[in-house]
Amino acid sequence: MPHRTFFWFFFPSGLAMLLFIGLPIISSFFQSLHIEPEQILMEVEKCDPFGCKTETKVDIEATTKLQEEQPLGRFNGLGTYGDRNHLAFDEIKEAWTNSSSIAEFTDILLNLPFYKALLFTLTFCFAVTPPVVVLGFIVALSVNTITKSLKGPTIFGVILPMIVTPLIGSLVLFWMIDAKGILGSFIQFLFDDPNLSLKSSSQLTWITLIIYGIWHNTPFAFVVFYAALQTVPQDPIEAAIIDGASRYERVRHIVIPHLYPVATFIILICLMDNFRVLEPIIGFAAEGVAQSLSWMIYNDLRSENKMLFGSAGATSMLTIIGVAILLTPVLIRTWREFRTER
Amino acid sequence: MKKLLIALLFTFVTTSAYAGGHSPCGVTDGSIKILANEFTTYRIFMDEVKSCAGPDADFSVTHSVDHNKLQVAALSANPAEFSAKLVTNGSITTLMNDNLIRPLDDLVAKYGSALQDNQKIVIDGKIYAVAFMANAQHLWYRESILNDLGIAVPSTYEEVIAAAEKIKASGKMANPYAGAFKSGWNLGQEFVNMYLGHGGDFFKAGTAEVSVNNAKGVAALNMLKRLTEVSNPDFLTQDTNAVKEEWESGNVALMHIWNSGAASLLDDEGDQAIKADTRLAPSPSVGGGSKPATTLWWDGFGIATNTSDENAEASFRALLGAATSTEMANANPNATIWLIDGYSPGDTAGPVVDAANRGATPYPSLPYMSLLHGALSTELVEFLQGNESAEKALADVEAAYVAKATEQGFL
Amino acid sequence: MESKINRYSKQLILINSFFILAWLIVSVFPFIWTFWGSFKVKADFFSRADWMFAVTGVNTLIETGDTSTVKAYVESWTEGEFWKATMNTIIITVSVVTISLFLGTLGAYALSRSTYKYTFWILIAALIFRAMPHITLVSGYLFPFFQLNVWGILPTTIIVLVAINQPFTLWLLYSFFKTVPKELDESALIDGCSYFQAFRFVIMPVMWPGVVTAGLFSMMLAYNDFTVTSLLLNQQNYTMVPKINAYLGTIEHSGNYMWAVSSVVSATAPLFMIIMFFQRQLISGLTAGAVKG
Repeated sequence: MPHRTFFWFFFPSGLAMLLFIGLPIISSFFQSLHIEPEQILMEVEKCDPFGCKTETKVDIEATTKLQEEQPLGRFNGLGTYGDRNHLAFDEIKEAWTNSSSIAEFTDILLNLPFYKALLFTLTFCFAVTPPVVVLGFIVALSVNTITKSLKGPTIFGVILPMIVTPLIGSLVLFWMIDAKGILGSFIQFLFDDPNLSLKSSSQLTWITLIIYGIWHNTPFAFVVFYAALQTVPQDPIEAAIIDGASRYERVRHIVIPHLYPVATFIILICLMDNFRVLEPIIGFAAEGVAQSLSWMIYNDLRSENKMLFGSAGATSMLTIIGVAILLTPVLIRTWREFRTER
Repeated sequence: MKKLLIALLFTFVTTSAYAGGHSPCGVTDGSIKILANEFTTYRIFMDEVKSCAGPDADFSVTHSVDHNKLQVAALSANPAEFSAKLVTNGSITTLMNDNLIRPLDDLVAKYGSALQDNQKIVIDGKIYAVAFMANAQHLWYRESILNDLGIAVPSTYEEVIAAAEKIKASGKMANPYAGAFKSGWNLGQEFVNMYLGHGGDFFKAGTAEVSVNNAKGVAALNMLKRLTEVSNPDFLTQDTNAVKEEWESGNVALMHIWNSGAASLLDDEGDQAIKADTRLAPSPSVGGGSKPATTLWWDGFGIATNTSDENAEASFRALLGAATSTEMANANPNATIWLIDGYSPGDTAGPVVDAANRGATPYPSLPYMSLLHGALSTELVEFLQGNESAEKALADVEAAYVAKATEQGFL
Repeated sequence: MESKINRYSKQLILINSFFILAWLIVSVFPFIWTFWGSFKVKADFFSRADWMFAVTGVNTLIETGDTSTVKAYVESWTEGEFWKATMNTIIITVSVVTISLFLGTLGAYALSRSTYKYTFWILIAALIFRAMPHITLVSGYLFPFFQLNVWGILPTTIIVLVAINQPFTLWLLYSFFKTVPKELDESALIDGCSYFQAFRFVIMPVMWPGVVTAGLFSMMLAYNDFTVTSLLLNQQNYTMVPKINAYLGTIEHSGNYMWAVSSVVSATAPLFMIIMFFQRQLISGLTAGAVKG
């Protein structure tokens, strides 16, 4: 296709993405390089319904003047990236020299907010994605074998968890897993421990979140696998049957190889979505024990009053870099495919 | 439910002003656009604002639970998206920092004759906001349970723990105490209460330098830890709503939550036996101090800087009409504690009045307080779970705060 | 047609049915529970005393005189103005789906037919764009939108959602168009058609399976979005999800939980209906090649 035609075909879609995704990414990047200008403080008398007292406030005139001189704020380079709430270079250096063992060092490292969040995000990603792919595949195989008349309703039932917005899905489950709720009581009964509560310890909360992640993501893998199963060529399967191959052998040697590209697609989407995990953490009220990178951004922007744009921007950039690293293998594969196709 | 409390004299009531000057209501010029949080009392208030503005006014209000996220961007635009914003002593500082709300002295002089002095939020000699209601956290207890076990109503946190342990030992309840310990803003607020109760100061006077890693901070944390030991093990996930559910299900005999919860805790839905047994008590003091370990809050309104004088006047008039409406206050006496002249407090106002009388500290209106509150929200969890020492947790709080305050230019 | 040798053994069928049944219960039960609970009062559904209350409706009986009630539905739709949120959701969803498909098919067609290297980089950029946390994007929009006075209205949110949705739509449709034989439109080009005419008359008639699938995914995104809609819309224009969130209340003040529960049911029901109706198309669209990665 000539460049000109391509341009006109792609222009509207490209423009929308450029304006509403590209520009914000660039602007977050610039914000992450700057910090607010210095705030000049002054002491004044404040009176409210509970009485008067002397308190500090920002000297608006002086600060506004500073702000006008530096509308973007003070240039801080990569300083925000290196501070304690992000990559924490100084703290790590200090921990490295001061700690006597690797265990102690890891302890200090994982107590820093960014690494704590990174650990959870990666754990979540890698604990959720493989079961999702495997379960999705098994469910798809399984649904594929049932009677035609039952297929419709079954497929519908299986994909329900996917079509409900995560915030609501996790809220619904959160209500149910309370120690006195139906699922919570059931689990207590199952483990024969009347004091067991899924919300009380960090390990259990992590497990709950991961199980939720699997519950929510499996339908997507299922739908894609199921669709792909319909395209499995029938001839080799029949030939294999005639050769006396068992069902397992047929799946292993014909179906699975056919589904490989589809599996990479699912893994790609799953990794990407799970790397951004946010809503389940809020829905399950797990902020205290399970923080993800997205949650850090959310927290910077939500903090009761002040939005920390620089900090949020830095975390966003680090998240994007993280996703890019995660996706490299897939990207390389796509690149090879793309080249051979041409 | 009416037999709850002997109505205490409302000490906020000062001199009643003479009616006079211009009447604020019946606005015809200018448009009124208000940004507000979303909850029942604000809706009552907004209905009154609307009726004061009158049928000819160009009136609209946006209730949003995300109001604090929107406010800076919305009011920085010129002209601002909203002409007025409902504020509290927690959120006014952000708007003050960026000069987004204007002084109201001339408008108050023109229309505000019915205002009480304590409704005026005066900063550096200028009125920046008008308050209309007050709120605070305080103790709630189940009378029959305390009576059965011969426990007096606790007036200190040490007594609260003793009482809770007695109830626990009696086998009546497994986790008799509840507080909003949900990690995040709630948890930070619990620490703020307890630290102020111990007589602590968050910052070195006149600067943004934090100082919470001290004996008082450690004592406050240890007290919180002891409270969580007599609470539901899920305490880190329980916000005010969850605590109320525990209460209404009869799992809790003592709790420390907001006075504004009274409306739903004492209504006619749910188990009436529990509701009839629910009593309000003053907030306890702690560590031998005299002030209650709680903070006082006011809600009020401010007018945007970046809006035309005409719109500002229209918005001010309508909001002022509601903020001085004795009728509205007395029609909804238990909706909240109104600061309005002529309001006779409902049965549930007592503990807040008591807190004010005993010198409870208002939530600090400092420009950098929200940053510290944010740091407290996330860094205390590991201590409460027993994975970290109190000193380490407080050191983490300080470090997290320093990084944020540096980014914001306070340090 | 199944060949005879390929018949399933009895054991396999048994294990299989058992597995599917178990999986169905896991996926569907929370929804049944919520649906059932939405007809109870708060003291039952959120009981911290005994979950059986939610089944039997003890408090519902005391408060309303019956073991189930539609009070929450009636109140949330009238007093809670859920109907308004429903209207807004319909407007947003329909517009987002239409616009994103229109832009997406054009763009994806071009990407699938161009042989230059930049198409690869565009696809990679689209992937990176998809990885961006929405919350950062939204906070970047707030200030300019307020300055331009376009905050709070539906069109702004629609455009933002379309843009956020483009990367996935592009990828899905790109893979789909790849499976449409090139010869089809190339022969049209040789016959003297312009690219646009080839697209209009040759590709459009065969693209529907892929488009329906892409449309369903766009619909789910627009219908379920929370981050964008809750911050970019004013309260009059709230869609269902932020509205439900608003019912949940804030720190100091309790919300109306039963409104939220009944609204969850109200909001999910139409989505169920649409998916039930289009499920075959969803599968066949994916089958037709959109899943080739």
